[in-house]
Amino acid sequence: MTRERPHTRQSIDWWLVGTYLLLIFIGWLNIYAATHNAEVGGMFSFATRAGKQLVWIGTALVLALIILFAIPAQFWEAMGIPLYAFVLMLLVLVIFVSSDVKGSHSWFDLGPIRFQPAEISKISTSLLLALFMSQQSFRMSRFRDFALAALIIGLPMLVIVAESETGSALVYTGFIFVLYREGLSGWWLGLIGLAIALFVGTLTLGAFYSTLILVGMLTVGTAMAQPKRFRPRMLKGLGFVAVMAFVPMQLRWLGGLATDHMDWMSRRAWVPQAGESEDYFWSFLPSVTPVQVLLIAAFLLLPMLFWYAWKHKDRFLGWSLLAFVASVMVVLSTDYVFQNVLQDHQRRRIEVLLGMKEDLAGAGYNVNQSKIAIGSGGLLGKGYLEGTQTSFGFVPEQATDFIFCTVGEEWGFVGCLVVILLYTFLIVRLILDAERCRGKFTRIYGYCVASCVFMHLFINVGMTIGLMPVIGIPLPLLSYGGSSLWAFTILIFIFLALYRDEKKYF
Amino acid sequence: MKQDTRHIRLLIGLGAVVLLLLGKIFSLQIVDGKYKEDADRNATIYETIYPTRGVIYDRNGVILVGNKVAYDIVVHPREVKAFDTLALATTLGVTPEFIRGRLQEYRRRRSSIGSQGVTMLRTVPAETYMRFDEVKYRFPGFRGQVRSIRDYPVNAGGNLLGYVSEVNQRYIEMHPDDYRSGDYAGMTGIEAAREAELRGVKGYHIYQRNSRNQIEQPYKGGAEDKEAVPGHDIVTTIDAALQQYGQELMQNKVGSLVAIEPSTGEILALVSSPGIDVSQLADIGKYWNEISQNPYKPMYNRAVQASYPPGSVFKLVNGLIGLQEGVLRPEMMYPCSRGYHFGSGHKLGCHVHKSPLNMEESIMMSCNAYYCYVLKNILDQRKFDDVAEGLDHWREMVMSFGFGRKLESDFPAELSGSIPSSKLYNRSYGKGRWNSTTVISLSIGQGEILATPMHLANLCATIANRGHYYIPHIVKASEGVEIEERFTRPQYTLVDTLHFPKLIKGMWRAVNSGAGMGGTAWVAHVDSLDICGKTGTAQNPRGADNSVFICFAPMDNPKIAIAAYVENGGFGATYAAPMASLMVEKYLKGSISRPALEKRMLEANLMDRVKHD
Repeated sequence: MTRERPHTRQSIDWWLVGTYLLLIFIGWLNIYAATHNAEVGGMFSFATRAGKQLVWIGTALVLALIILFAIPAQFWEAMGIPLYAFVLMLLVLVIFVSSDVKGSHSWFDLGPIRFQPAEISKISTSLLLALFMSQQSFRMSRFRDFALAALIIGLPMLVIVAESETGSALVYTGFIFVLYREGLSGWWLGLIGLAIALFVGTLTLGAFYSTLILVGMLTVGTAMAQPKRFRPRMLKGLGFVAVMAFVPMQLRWLGGLATDHMDWMSRRAWVPQAGESEDYFWSFLPSVTPVQVLLIAAFLLLPMLFWYAWKHKDRFLGWSLLAFVASVMVVLSTDYVFQNVLQDHQRRRIEVLLGMKEDLAGAGYNVNQSKIAIGSGGLLGKGYLEGTQTSFGFVPEQATDFIFCTVGEEWGFVGCLVVILLYTFLIVRLILDAERCRGKFTRIYGYCVASCVFMHLFINVGMTIGLMPVIGIPLPLLSYGGSSLWAFTILIFIFLALYRDEKKYF
Repeated sequence: MKQDTRHIRLLIGLGAVVLLLLGKIFSLQIVDGKYKEDADRNATIYETIYPTRGVIYDRNGVILVGNKVAYDIVVHPREVKAFDTLALATTLGVTPEFIRGRLQEYRRRRSSIGSQGVTMLRTVPAETYMRFDEVKYRFPGFRGQVRSIRDYPVNAGGNLLGYVSEVNQRYIEMHPDDYRSGDYAGMTGIEAAREAELRGVKGYHIYQRNSRNQIEQPYKGGAEDKEAVPGHDIVTTIDAALQQYGQELMQNKVGSLVAIEPSTGEILALVSSPGIDVSQLADIGKYWNEISQNPYKPMYNRAVQASYPPGSVFKLVNGLIGLQEGVLRPEMMYPCSRGYHFGSGHKLGCHVHKSPLNMEESIMMSCNAYYCYVLKNILDQRKFDDVAEGLDHWREMVMSFGFGRKLESDFPAELSGSIPSSKLYNRSYGKGRWNSTTVISLSIGQGEILATPMHLANLCATIANRGHYYIPHIVKASEGVEIEERFTRPQYTLVDTLHFPKLIKGMWRAVNSGAGMGGTAWVAHVDSLDICGKTGTAQNPRGADNSVFICFAPMDNPKIAIAAYVENGGFGATYAAPMASLMVEKYLKGSISRPALEKRMLEANLMDRVKHD
């Protein structure tokens, strides 16, 4: 077989295949580690999750072989529209026929096997998006084309939200990177970034800090957008504000040092002594926090920027400033409206919609336990199967959504580094491979795959270490579960199949 | 912006996000030590070490309450696998349905049980436990658990000793620092009175769990473990033999016996009948329904909680007050024509005896009329503005004997009884609208007077001591156990010592004059013991009169003062006097010289006479 098609082996990206296999293997080891206490049977017993995962891995590899060697690459381009339509139908169907699994209606129950069409939907959306955007006539700058591309992404996303699988829907926002690569204005990316920052910020940090993030983003953004003459001055001012922000903290730090090492005379020069703070004008200085300084700077800066925009007839700057003020008000009022205006049941609905419902049922506990598990791993971890947090059931969903905890606890920082670098390598390799493709279809599809992997990685790992709210999506290839493993296998191997048949730039 | 630089920007963005994730992980795992400690805490198990409870001794070193081993069968529902239900049921001596039922219940409660163990069977016999121990490997999840429970070698009465039981939520809330769910505490009697000394200090072992949830090793090599400190032993003032004898005498009667050593105030015996049987004490939860539904209220400790009219024994108090006030002199004679006549046609009746008679004889023969004169003379003294002032003065003197208030004994749940004040009569008759004849029944211990058997025993001890008493108490000072200073300080009454001998002579004559001489308590006579006593027959609104008797012996240097109160027992001489006399004989001689009397007392059954609500 290989003799008849000698170029085939040459052009398969074995690095990608290797990374894929390595991640699957790491996943299987950790699934066993996370479940070996609660379940009876060995690593290979089909009664255990590790054993079942072995079945999923086996079938996934068969699927991979079929995709690589049995299906011609052109098939996928042809399948774009029908597959998308079929999966969309499944997505809608599942709402009505599925049983309720932890409040979500996204699972098909087929006797012993359950599967989630939302996982397959990533594949069909990627294919159709690649097909649509690779048309010669496609222009990102044309509104109709952009809107259609957005529709292709948004339609399954909406249905998935209706299935109460907000987490899975969030992954679709990653397709914005694909659009960006294909010519979407960077400002859109900024806007999405702003939306995410607002969303995450308000949820996890509270209104005050999310406003602060906005201030910082705006300052940097406007500085970068200024004419060349003005930019250095802005940057200098920015640097000055940043330094100023930390001066009081340094004063306090020096004060602390002084207490340890200097005699009282020299201490007196820096820090007010207890009792005399009342009559010492600068005594408030050490207690000023950087946040306060930044906030004052922002309030001084805003009118100046408005004045500058008006004087120079800079409409863009003016609009962005107005947008900033508006979003600050949104942030501040969100919290107020949410807590005070809405009725209890309305609030609950919104919490469900936003995926904050689990938060109420003890996500704080989950995240804390997850952080304890990872944090207790240290540099080298406790050793394989020696983890106490993950395997005693302190950490929830230990084999699925929180599998990264097992990695962190038993393999330590080194293990986390290896796993995250493997994912990074996978994503980088996908992007670089995609860039080398001559055909737009393969390139766009490659970016879609990379975006999906990236979003899952960021949201999942971010959730386990407390950077993201608890959003239940699996870690690709590592988490227990057939749907997810199959979906990512198909996703990646379709790219490998397409890539093999590409004429490449070198 | 060129299209082909965009992937570089995306890669930079990717790098930034990856650095953000790694940075956060680095700070969690390397920089912040907090999570390691939390994890350690998560992975440790505290095993509580329960201290052995202190042993309770009697005054002679006899163990009243000890400890013994009990075997429980505990189930860890999570570890239970399929097993032969019938075989387990046969081993444990229960029905298979019982085991199935319990397991079903645990399955229903599984979320609250978690991986804990629950006790399926309490206190199984040792043979059953040994049989189970041999085959328990066949029943994973079922374990035996050994625990220490109370053991009662002497039948000293459940109300005296009290019981120990698992603390309930309310108890924990009242003692938040000392008790946790699953702890045991003394609830009544001596167990409750001396809980602080008896319970000891809990300890714990900390174990590290390994990743298979097995206990691997002591945490930090056991450095942070704390050993349990056993509870202090308590030496009580009880005389086990006397207490047990009292229990036997009182069986099938309602009432109580309280014996006190007059020179110390130490309680020698405290019998309340019917009481809780000691065989039920160790596992009282099992008998709780039976006990609480018993119409005779065995939980009710009559010795310190039942308030009765004291009856004629109270004449002693009135006599003493009369002597102290100077309105009575021992040689004064009063007539008694089968009662005391007052007002227009009112009469307080009396029995047939010689008339007139002096004070000594009035005690000996228990004349009612004599004490009507005495009380009237006390209350109507010139020095008082009105009878109200007289009554309050009288009350003050009565209360100096300990009546009408708690004696502040160290025995829990003591009640105060009551002595009426002028306020009570002002309330019911109106101010100035009552006089000494209105309250005349107080003279013979009837009417508004209520006292507990403990009060009466204390009165007896006071008379034995010729004017003072020591607060009755049940715990002796011993190593590690101190008793409060108030128990060793004499409490003086408002009656001078010189007034007591004549009265005591009357009490001696009541017992020792021989049959036919008019002494009310000749039945209590024991050769060479010089028992001094006073009978009482207190009216009981529900049926036959209560039989009351107090006595002490010997007359000089008394060793024991005792009060007997038998509900519906009839005359004081019918039951109370013989029983008290037997108690005295038992205590002072160690043997009984009157087997026929003893047999009659032991076999008497008055339960049918007692009417309850």
